[in-house]
Amino acid sequence: MMASTIFRSIQNHPLLLYPTALFRRKNGVFYCTMKSTEAQTATQEKQKPQIKNPPRTQTKTSDKFSKDYEAVIGIETHVQLNTLTKAFCGCPYNYGSPPNTSVCPICMGLPGALPVLNSKVIELAVKVGLALNSKLSLNSKFDRKQYFYPDLPKGYQISQFDIPIASGGYIDLDLPVEFGGGHRRFGITRVHMEEDAGKLLHSENESYSQEITASPLPKYCTTFYCIELYSSLLSRIYIVVFTFNQVDLNRAGVPLLEIVSEPDMRTGIEAAEYAAELQRLVRYLGVSNGNMQEGSLRCDVNVSIRPIGQAQFGTKVEIKNLNSFSSVSRAIDFEISRQVLLHSQGQGDQITQETRLWEEGAQKTVTMRKKEGLADYRYFPEPDLPGVILTKEYVNSIRDSLPELPEVKRRRYEKMGLSMQDILFLANDVNVAEFFDATIAKGADVKLAANWIMGDIAAYMKNEKLTINEIKLIPQELAELIASIKGGTISGKIGKEILFELLAKGGTVKGLIKEKDLVQIVDPVEIEKIVDKVLSENPKQLEQYRGGKTKLQGYFAGQVMKLSKGKANPGLLNKILLEKLNAQS
Amino acid sequence: MLATLQPPRTFSRFPLYLTSRPVTLCTLAAQSPPSTSPPTQPPHSQILSIRHSLLTRQVTAARLAESHISRLRLTEPHLKSFLHVSDSDAVLRQAALLDQRIANGEEVGPLAGVVVGVKDNICTADMPSTGGSRVLEGYRPAYDATAVRKIKELGGIVVGKTNLDEFGMGSTTEASAFQVTANPWDVSRVPGGSSGGSAAAVSARQCVVSLGSDTGGSVRQPASFCGVVGLKPTYGRVSRFGLMAYASSLDVIGCFGSSVTDTGILLHAISGHDRLDATSSKREVPDFASQFASINLLESKPLKGLRVGVIRETLDEGVDTGVISAIRGAASHLEELGCSITEISLPSFSLGLPAYYILASSESSSNLSRYDGVRYGNQAVADELNSLYGDSRAKGFGPEVKMRILMGTYGLSAGYYDAYYKRAQQVRTIIRKSFKTALDENDILISPAAPSAAYKIGEKIDDPLAMYAGDIMTVNVNLAGLPALVLPCGFVEGGTAGLPVGLQMIGAAFDEEKLLKVGHIFEQTLQNCRFVPPLIEDDTACMSFLITFPTSSALFAELHFFHLMNALPLLATYPEGILSLSRCLHAYPKSLLKAFGFLWAAPLVPCPFLSCLPGS
Ligand SMILES: [Zn+2]
Repeated sequence: MMASTIFRSIQNHPLLLYPTALFRRKNGVFYCTMKSTEAQTATQEKQKPQIKNPPRTQTKTSDKFSKDYEAVIGIETHVQLNTLTKAFCGCPYNYGSPPNTSVCPICMGLPGALPVLNSKVIELAVKVGLALNSKLSLNSKFDRKQYFYPDLPKGYQISQFDIPIASGGYIDLDLPVEFGGGHRRFGITRVHMEEDAGKLLHSENESYSQEITASPLPKYCTTFYCIELYSSLLSRIYIVVFTFNQVDLNRAGVPLLEIVSEPDMRTGIEAAEYAAELQRLVRYLGVSNGNMQEGSLRCDVNVSIRPIGQAQFGTKVEIKNLNSFSSVSRAIDFEISRQVLLHSQGQGDQITQETRLWEEGAQKTVTMRKKEGLADYRYFPEPDLPGVILTKEYVNSIRDSLPELPEVKRRRYEKMGLSMQDILFLANDVNVAEFFDATIAKGADVKLAANWIMGDIAAYMKNEKLTINEIKLIPQELAELIASIKGGTISGKIGKEILFELLAKGGTVKGLIKEKDLVQIVDPVEIEKIVDKVLSENPKQLEQYRGGKTKLQGYFAGQVMKLSKGKANPGLLNKILLEKLNAQS
Repeated sequence: MLATLQPPRTFSRFPLYLTSRPVTLCTLAAQSPPSTSPPTQPPHSQILSIRHSLLTRQVTAARLAESHISRLRLTEPHLKSFLHVSDSDAVLRQAALLDQRIANGEEVGPLAGVVVGVKDNICTADMPSTGGSRVLEGYRPAYDATAVRKIKELGGIVVGKTNLDEFGMGSTTEASAFQVTANPWDVSRVPGGSSGGSAAAVSARQCVVSLGSDTGGSVRQPASFCGVVGLKPTYGRVSRFGLMAYASSLDVIGCFGSSVTDTGILLHAISGHDRLDATSSKREVPDFASQFASINLLESKPLKGLRVGVIRETLDEGVDTGVISAIRGAASHLEELGCSITEISLPSFSLGLPAYYILASSESSSNLSRYDGVRYGNQAVADELNSLYGDSRAKGFGPEVKMRILMGTYGLSAGYYDAYYKRAQQVRTIIRKSFKTALDENDILISPAAPSAAYKIGEKIDDPLAMYAGDIMTVNVNLAGLPALVLPCGFVEGGTAGLPVGLQMIGAAFDEEKLLKVGHIFEQTLQNCRFVPPLIEDDTACMSFLITFPTSSALFAELHFFHLMNALPLLATYPEGILSLSRCLHAYPKSLLKAFGFLWAAPLVPCPFLSCLPGS
């Protein structure tokens, strides 16, 4: 129970869910997240030395050497496609449904059942292939990847082997400003279609993390571990050993795209940003919700290091169980340090080709299984499915339907004169970007629109825990609001009030101005009347002002504004007020 | 569809049977075998007779069903063709429902009242479907296979599940985990396989028609052995949904009938595209049976101009002389009907057998992975995952299945894939091309369906190579995906009344129509050929053949090799298992190594069959 508590608390820890956590660590606050979670119970305290000391010494020692080595990082990403039904049957898939409620003979692998491809899977795969600038195979096929595991009902996974639907390509991204910024292009090796496996459920009184620490590798699993497991959570593996009869097949047969990158990344940040850009891309394309916590987007990372200047790759280590971008980044940085340390101690040969597991609780990677030779999946062409044949017309029609992609959007925003910080904020979320685009399409000032969205609107959304699609404000009204302020119809202060009204209740700017009589007073005669009234009502203060206490101008301005219910044009007000105040001196 | 035809019009096409011999149905209904029909007369269509009798109210579906069930009960102890017989109440209820509908003047389907046997590797809802394997003992699918669903929709009544070699892997039904079926022509002989139960059931008139499956000849060879008509449709003609996969790229569901007409009607009923099978064809399905020419309207040379190629390689060494002369006789008969006969050569013919065994085994090793004891079927008691898999599969699968899983696993393993699977696929392409060429020059090709007539139970069980070699006549057709019809054409000596020999007619893809048309004329004009086994020629015969024959377990006990397979832990899933098994095999008797040399010896020894291929 203890270990799982750690896991859960860290998972929920907000620091780890946002890039700021990465930033803190970079600045030397490596253990801030550890402390905050570890200090929770006494039992956890006991673990502290084990967890804390090795990485600390490691970091210190390896720092000296790290400049001599460079890391080589490649990522395999699995993206769950949001088709209405599974890849080869008619079952819907909804995350979190009760176990085995969305299954049929086909996805349960019952005798005699056959797969029939959901053509939407091809469409989404082609979209992603095109968006990644890949070369599409007009003539590809499905293959069977064979291994035994209880979450794999047929004993094989329908996948693509030697002819993936898309190969080659690249993805462009801009690193966040706080990490030094800069544009990067990372290569894509291939994109292929496959089906997801089910999930193994663990019984309530068992904690997987505990088992990991309690018993490293059960002996009888040696052979089994030669087989690559589909699941990314070690927990599932161990639980299966004990309670393997509990299999939830809801997820079995859900379509996935496996996107394999070139080993082009060099740091944890680059890898995390690559994953984030992929998430952005699939969300822009509308092919997946890209949610890492739900497992809709899963990253397995390969890390190796080599002396700078060496062309040959070092021995690569695979890391699994990465449930957030920050864990991608932290796991890689940990792994780099570990490998650099081993090299620096002359123990480079101890880096073996293995699969390691990121332990969120301990903030370190641990051996999951050693690779004893390559697993043999005995791929062969899937005889139950005809070949996947794409026509040029089909591909072109999909190309024509692609939305503006994040990279193009960022470059366009750049040309509009926005700062990189603004660009990254706006382009990060496709809905925010669309809102912004719609606002400026209505003629709003680019910079002002960006400021409103990133400022008050973002703050409101955060407080109310709403997405931009859930707020009542529509882009047209934001444009109207900006124009009204700019044109002087209302003041900025009134504008803010109207904004919150619009955010919460909707309506139109014009309607609210009219309804609440908020039009700015720009008539000098009217303002003069109010100023006169204020001056006559405050003779004492007027005397003091004229006696030299000129600071009181602010007081008078406030009174005038109050009397005008905030509607007086501030410039005009000050001009007239000053004239009147100084009239007799 | 037949259902929409007016009875008089339908029957005017078959005046011979309907006017001259309605008596058959009466005797059937009276629970006596059709002894009144001389066995040398060509078979009539039982389905059309049943329809006629039902619609003219001469007999009720209930009485028909009852008579079939009684015949089934009477013959079953000797034949053991069924693994499961439907509850007779349920069958009678279905029949009564049909009678009700007929009485109400409602339309009934073309298979109304037709009692159908279904091979046990084809799923039937709420009825056991074991595939002849212990691993699925007691398993009842939640759904009907598409072919079964169509039969039921058209009024057919599923009377039971027929015996087979486990998962279709075998040529005798001796590899069934439950029982060995006997041949109705001579109960000391095998009915063939793997659809032996379906063939024997139709032959003994336990059911009117039956479904089988054909991966390498599993419909055609038992049809030949049991003297019935067997049809292997073009790959894709019939949906495979609900057929337990053996080798997905070769498997087809096929039909058995006691006449070509019945076989054609059944094929029509189950054919067509199925959205649940991506490999099923969208081609239009012709109404095969309605195309048949009425025999009394036939001219003297009804098949004039039909080009028939006799495949020379199938009448070579290793084929029984009796079989050769039966086929030669069939060729002359076709010539008399107006066909032009030429002998043709398919040089790639002999390559088919090793290619077939590699491909079928490879696919089966994958298809049978799902029988792991995790979700359904028998699960071994095990305290950890590896033994759960190993024990469930070791206990669940029989020796033949294990053998093929191992062969297939080997053939797909890294380092062997190119030498075996890939090469076998190349052979397949060559075979397909050579058939294409031959069928461009000929309308149909003919050959025996098996190198011999039915052999004795146990005769070839310790000689797997001989048994595998028996498939030589049929496997090429599966590799090429073509349709083929097997129908009785003659006899060889054996048993009490001789043993039937089947003629195989191979047609171009999706040209079942031509095969059935030619087959129908051939069948109806054949003289002096018996079509009904002695077993059911009269009532007494039913009781007089209580010949004891060895039980399956006794037979298996003799086999050292298969014992070795049993004793081995389940290695089929792991590469190292394969290697150690192949080492065991290398240490085994030479005769066995010879049998599997082409599969097991490489890469140490170049494969004799495959290395000679062009482009390799
Ligand atoms: Zn499903």
